[in-house]
Amino acid sequence: MTAAQKTAALTIEGLRVSIGGHDVLHGVDLTLEAGRVHGLAGESGSGKTMTGLAVLGLLPHGSRASGRIAFGGRDLLEMPARELNEVRGAKIAMVFQDPATSLHPMLTVERQLTEHMRHHLGIGRKDARERAAALLAKVRIPGPEEALKRYPHQFSGGMRQRIAIAVALACEPEVLIADEPTTALDVTVQAGILRLLRGLCDDLGLAVLLVTHDLGVMSAVADEVSVMKDGLVVETGPRGRVLREPRHPYTRSLLDALPVPPGENSP
Amino acid sequence: MRSPLARFLVRRILTALLLAVGITLITFVLTNLVPGDPVAANLGQRAVGDPAIVAQWRADHGLDRPLPQQYLMHLEGLLHGDLGTSQQSHRPVLDDLAESVPATLELAGAAILVSLILGVGFGVVAALRRDRLSDHVLRVLSLIGISVPTFWLALVAFYVFFFRLQVTPGSGRIDPGMTPPPQVTGLYTVDALLSGRWDVFSSAIGHLAAPALVLALYTIGLLTRFTRSAVLEVLGQDYVRAARAKGLPGRVVLFRYVLRPALVPVITVAGLAFGSLLSGTVLVEAVFAWPGVGQYAYKSATTLDLPAVMGVGLVVGVVYLVINLVVDVLYGVIDPRVRVS
Repeated sequence: MTAAQKTAALTIEGLRVSIGGHDVLHGVDLTLEAGRVHGLAGESGSGKTMTGLAVLGLLPHGSRASGRIAFGGRDLLEMPARELNEVRGAKIAMVFQDPATSLHPMLTVERQLTEHMRHHLGIGRKDARERAAALLAKVRIPGPEEALKRYPHQFSGGMRQRIAIAVALACEPEVLIADEPTTALDVTVQAGILRLLRGLCDDLGLAVLLVTHDLGVMSAVADEVSVMKDGLVVETGPRGRVLREPRHPYTRSLLDALPVPPGENSP
Repeated sequence: MRSPLARFLVRRILTALLLAVGITLITFVLTNLVPGDPVAANLGQRAVGDPAIVAQWRADHGLDRPLPQQYLMHLEGLLHGDLGTSQQSHRPVLDDLAESVPATLELAGAAILVSLILGVGFGVVAALRRDRLSDHVLRVLSLIGISVPTFWLALVAFYVFFFRLQVTPGSGRIDPGMTPPPQVTGLYTVDALLSGRWDVFSSAIGHLAAPALVLALYTIGLLTRFTRSAVLEVLGQDYVRAARAKGLPGRVVLFRYVLRPALVPVITVAGLAFGSLLSGTVLVEAVFAWPGVGQYAYKSATTLDLPAVMGVGLVVGVVYLVINLVVDVLYGVIDPRVRVS
């Protein structure tokens, strides 16, 4: 939490994406800052997930992206595949919606936690293993040493998402993109995952992009909030301002749709 | 770590043993249901007319006892490696099978090996280059492979490559006049290598190539199609996108994250294909004069040589069992969820 806190870690400018000739993003602008959680809200199909995938060059087969995604003085959209691979997982990591499908069912937790670590950081098996155990402890998996030997299906949904977060953090990235990280989980474990993300963001100075359709989740952890509709960001601002005094009618309609108005302390 | 896999293995092997006993029961019952009289088949015209001789012969062979007891005697014989005597060759069925089974296993084994290498390879390439030219070409080729009847292909291949072009040697397992290698496995290629007979090895490989490829063509087409769709399905999985998001090199993603789950359905199909490949050998063996089980089964069935038919039934059943066992074990090795559950 130093001066770096206020510098932009990643800037998206005028991002346009089309899939098979059909435009899904019409010029998205977003700025992520170190140590801050930026919430990206909007209904299904508004382009939140595509924005996240575009950052890592993971758009579906047959997509085109234009605009600019500035990271570390480079434009990720212009970067050759090989160099982009050096950024993925190492500098910018991602957590996916459903840990039941995003972790490989046939590989041990150890393998999934260590292989990109060894690839990006060039460390040995033993060092990677130690780091992996420490990471599991950090995301509060009980018995980390034992857990390394197990397979994803031997954990509960909440535990799996913690493991997926540990995988994302393994190479100490600067930016974390979390795509609906709590949507597939029981309500009872959602709060734990969000607290974990918030804590990691504060402790490690991570810039987090939290994609969610759930304004309740948003109000619990985000510093900044952007609201997307039909492939455009319609409103951006500090959480308190956007959630309490929305300027765009769409944001207001989203808030009105909530059963309980979001407050500073709601989970 | 090892114990779940070991437990899984033991369970599968025990099941296979039980099934093997079941196979002996089925072959025994089926053979006894066949309306053929072993007395008439084995005794001469005059002896059959003498009730005393017939009764004596039936008693000697245990045929006067109730069927369950006969089955137990049959099982006991099997345990001692006694499969009865062929009425055609007048040799123990076991000796006949010891010659023909390795010939067929060599042919079918070579065919399945080629199919796995080419079929899986083509399927992976087609999936990775989806909708491009190589994908289209491979899909058409695999369709041809599936559609062409094996017996027709065998005849055409024999005619074109042996009679016309003379690039392949003729029928049989090695050149006529060449002595087979000393029998260790019964597979000429392996035995030739073991005894260091390079001339025999090249002759055996040459003779094996054409029938094995003919036999493999269908399976190559089948495996290409299944592998392509299996790989495409896995490529669309979240965990593959997650692996890419980790910045792993493409080949690591392919070999570790994609191929492993994609192989599960491919192995299932390969196991089933091996079965159809075995029945395909009957025709291919006939065209290429390959002295295998197919030919032996055909001869024994058409002459009502019941001990030989039972022997073939037992061997084919056991081969199926072994293949299924291998497939099951591979599931367990590939997918940890199978061995834990």
